[in-house]
Amino acid sequence: MDKVTRRSFVTTVGAATVAPAAALLPLTAPAAAPPAKSADLAEPPKTTYLFFNTAEVLFIEAACERLIPADESGPGALGAGVPNYLDKQLGGAWGAGERLYRSGPWQPGTPSQGYQLPFTPAELFHASLRAINRDLDAHGTPFHGMSPEAQDAYLKSLESGAHDLDGVPSGVFFDMLLKMSIEGFFSDPVYGGNRNMVAWRMIGFPGAYADYFEAIDRHGVKFEREPMSLAEDGHGHIHVRQDIPANL
Amino acid sequence: MAQRLKEVDVVVIGVGMVGSIVAKELAAAGYKVVGLERGQTRFTVPEFQSPAVHDELRFDIRKALMQDNTREPVTFRNQGAQVALPVRRWESFLPGTGLGGSMVHWNGQTYRFQATDFQLATRTRERYGKNFLDPDVTIQDWGVTYDDLEPHYDRFEYLLGTSGKAGNIKGRIQAGGDPHESPRSRDYPTPPQKEHFQGAMFRKAAGSLGYHPFPQPSSNLSQPYTNPEGVKLNACVFCGFCERYACEHYAKSVPQTVILPVLLANPNFELRTGCQVQRINLDSTKKHATGVTYIDAVGRVFEQPASLVITSTFAINNIRMLLLSGIGKPYDPATGHGVVGRNYAYQTMSTVASFFDEDVIVNPFMASGASGTLINDFAGDNFDHSGLGFIGGAYIGAVNTNGRPIQYHPVPPGTPAWGKGWKQAVVKHYNHTVMFSCHGSSVSQRQNYCDLDPTYRDAWGQPVLRITFDFPPNDIKMAAYVTAKAVEIGKAMGAKQVVGSPRKGPYTVTQYQTTHNTGGTVMGDDPKTSVVNRYLQSWDVPNVFVIGASNYPQNATWNPTGTLGALTYWAIDALKNKYLKSPGRLVSA
Repeated sequence: MDKVTRRSFVTTVGAATVAPAAALLPLTAPAAAPPAKSADLAEPPKTTYLFFNTAEVLFIEAACERLIPADESGPGALGAGVPNYLDKQLGGAWGAGERLYRSGPWQPGTPSQGYQLPFTPAELFHASLRAINRDLDAHGTPFHGMSPEAQDAYLKSLESGAHDLDGVPSGVFFDMLLKMSIEGFFSDPVYGGNRNMVAWRMIGFPGAYADYFEAIDRHGVKFEREPMSLAEDGHGHIHVRQDIPANL
Repeated sequence: MAQRLKEVDVVVIGVGMVGSIVAKELAAAGYKVVGLERGQTRFTVPEFQSPAVHDELRFDIRKALMQDNTREPVTFRNQGAQVALPVRRWESFLPGTGLGGSMVHWNGQTYRFQATDFQLATRTRERYGKNFLDPDVTIQDWGVTYDDLEPHYDRFEYLLGTSGKAGNIKGRIQAGGDPHESPRSRDYPTPPQKEHFQGAMFRKAAGSLGYHPFPQPSSNLSQPYTNPEGVKLNACVFCGFCERYACEHYAKSVPQTVILPVLLANPNFELRTGCQVQRINLDSTKKHATGVTYIDAVGRVFEQPASLVITSTFAINNIRMLLLSGIGKPYDPATGHGVVGRNYAYQTMSTVASFFDEDVIVNPFMASGASGTLINDFAGDNFDHSGLGFIGGAYIGAVNTNGRPIQYHPVPPGTPAWGKGWKQAVVKHYNHTVMFSCHGSSVSQRQNYCDLDPTYRDAWGQPVLRITFDFPPNDIKMAAYVTAKAVEIGKAMGAKQVVGSPRKGPYTVTQYQTTHNTGGTVMGDDPKTSVVNRYLQSWDVPNVFVIGASNYPQNATWNPTGTLGALTYWAIDALKNKYLKSPGRLVSA
């Protein structure tokens, strides 16, 4: 059952744009799956790694969870399957340089000119992770064995760009790791992250649900329904309006 | 060795918005027209359908609908003294490819420019004096007036079915519309879209400050519509997947939903997709085009002879087509001589974020690409610039288009970039933040231009386009001024925290701003400072017409598509009623 709650912003802006409570109708939505059980969300996903090697996995799983940690708002990167997302992206077309112009000559540019390294994302991760694990081995404590505070300090040192990771400035690696972790956290679950749409539930994004015609001018009303993934398209199309000829 | 094909009347390079409309009109007038499109064929059904179309990773982040930059990149530098390097990933602007062109992934924000924009140099001189501007600024008049274009704006808006509210019909100000707009001959074809919450909050706050809010003109339609071509569109359902996506609903006005069904039914027109035009061919005089040379999807080379060549590709690609073909003198910033590539400009985008407490529920994911409410009180020359040290302006609006979370998760300044603090801030602010856009003008400047790159090549072995651009000081000043005004509106909304981010330099290709690239083949009355005349005909090769936002001598406050549609119909009128009746120069040089 979809819940409707009314929150008003009368105190800050005024009442004119808020519909009277009596006029509110339930926000209707097609039948939705029941909310995922909390036990499902707590259980870490089992990932078959195709791209990362064992040493890389230990770093990636621990590092992603520091970037997006589990907290009272819900699971973090690990619970959402972000390492699995990274693994599948880097092992596929994106890792191989999809949509990346790869011809030389190469030379460092200004920050405004963007990424100018010859590495594909896959090459960049392998080179960086090899250098990181070598560095940590030399100092005696692997990343996954550190305290959370020490992990954060190490990630900050990478973020600052101070290290040369076998040709990759550590800031470039860190930025790519963070950017791709956020992608994996918030993208559709079909890509292997955002497991059970945990990130969408956390912020209230309804996902691929596609019709707000009746809701958009119900100002200030929280839209509460199960989010919808591309994978849940049981009818061929995520359409709720019969007048749209999706099946021409 | 190129295979020579049978001559046709007209070759159109690029079958996007402009190419579709031009081809439709000329084919209907009885001319044999071939449309060469580098991308693939695609239609609302089956290509644009859900669930696949609602995929933020694929379309927003991976740029699935965009020009293949691995084969056809551009290079970029801020200053002429730097080495331009390839834009290895699209970020700042996103040219599309494929049937329907970039318009397939547009937002549908459909504006007119104002009368003063078309006479900007004259107007600025008259109102503010000869020495008001930085001497590097190279703004100029367009060679057409608003009155010339008004019937063509009207025709384009009725083709699209644009949803809006007129503010000025034949000089009479209309309540609820934009009182600053230049007179239009009649109201929009369909009423405005429903107003989202952010738009309503903005409207009340801007109104309380004495400004003039109005609904954004939208080509995501408020109701079903049948256009004058007999093509039917549906009402937009605010799915929140608009810009960077194709519309599955037949609700966004794009070539597929407004004109292609008519064009493709005409036997005078032949569409060839997968065809990469290498150059427009000239005869030995270099003053007459004989057709084009292209390479098809399987690598075969063809020469397509034609009496008339129209290049209607995306703005920056129009520039490159002329440079590769040797049409017009390339611009040299050192001497100021030459015209092709000159007056490349952009759009100056700033933002304001207003953060509310959790009792204000915004639902940012309920939006169309052109929903929202805005003011033109600080746009163009609608306010006195005396003593301000800049020209131009920006519209300010709550024109939120989506809540897609990879891209959209606003947090206040000072929030950590990662970790628990970041995550908590994302959760706290996602549904309780109102974003304003300050959509600003862009003056042309001596140092900003495009030419062919000396080093980097495309997949066909041809030099890529080199863009040299940084924000002119004029526009940085404008952005600071208008953004401060927008912050005041955010405060008037009662937000807990209002954060203005005025655009600052240097221009970077690493951050999306807009796909409103303009100039480089500009129109005008003087062949020394323009590439095409007021009818968009090449001064140098009269049987070549160039149509695109590349014609704009500088960019105005507003999104450029409406004006490009008007220019397209303006040029068609000249082609049908003047040029094709008696081919030759329409304006003596």
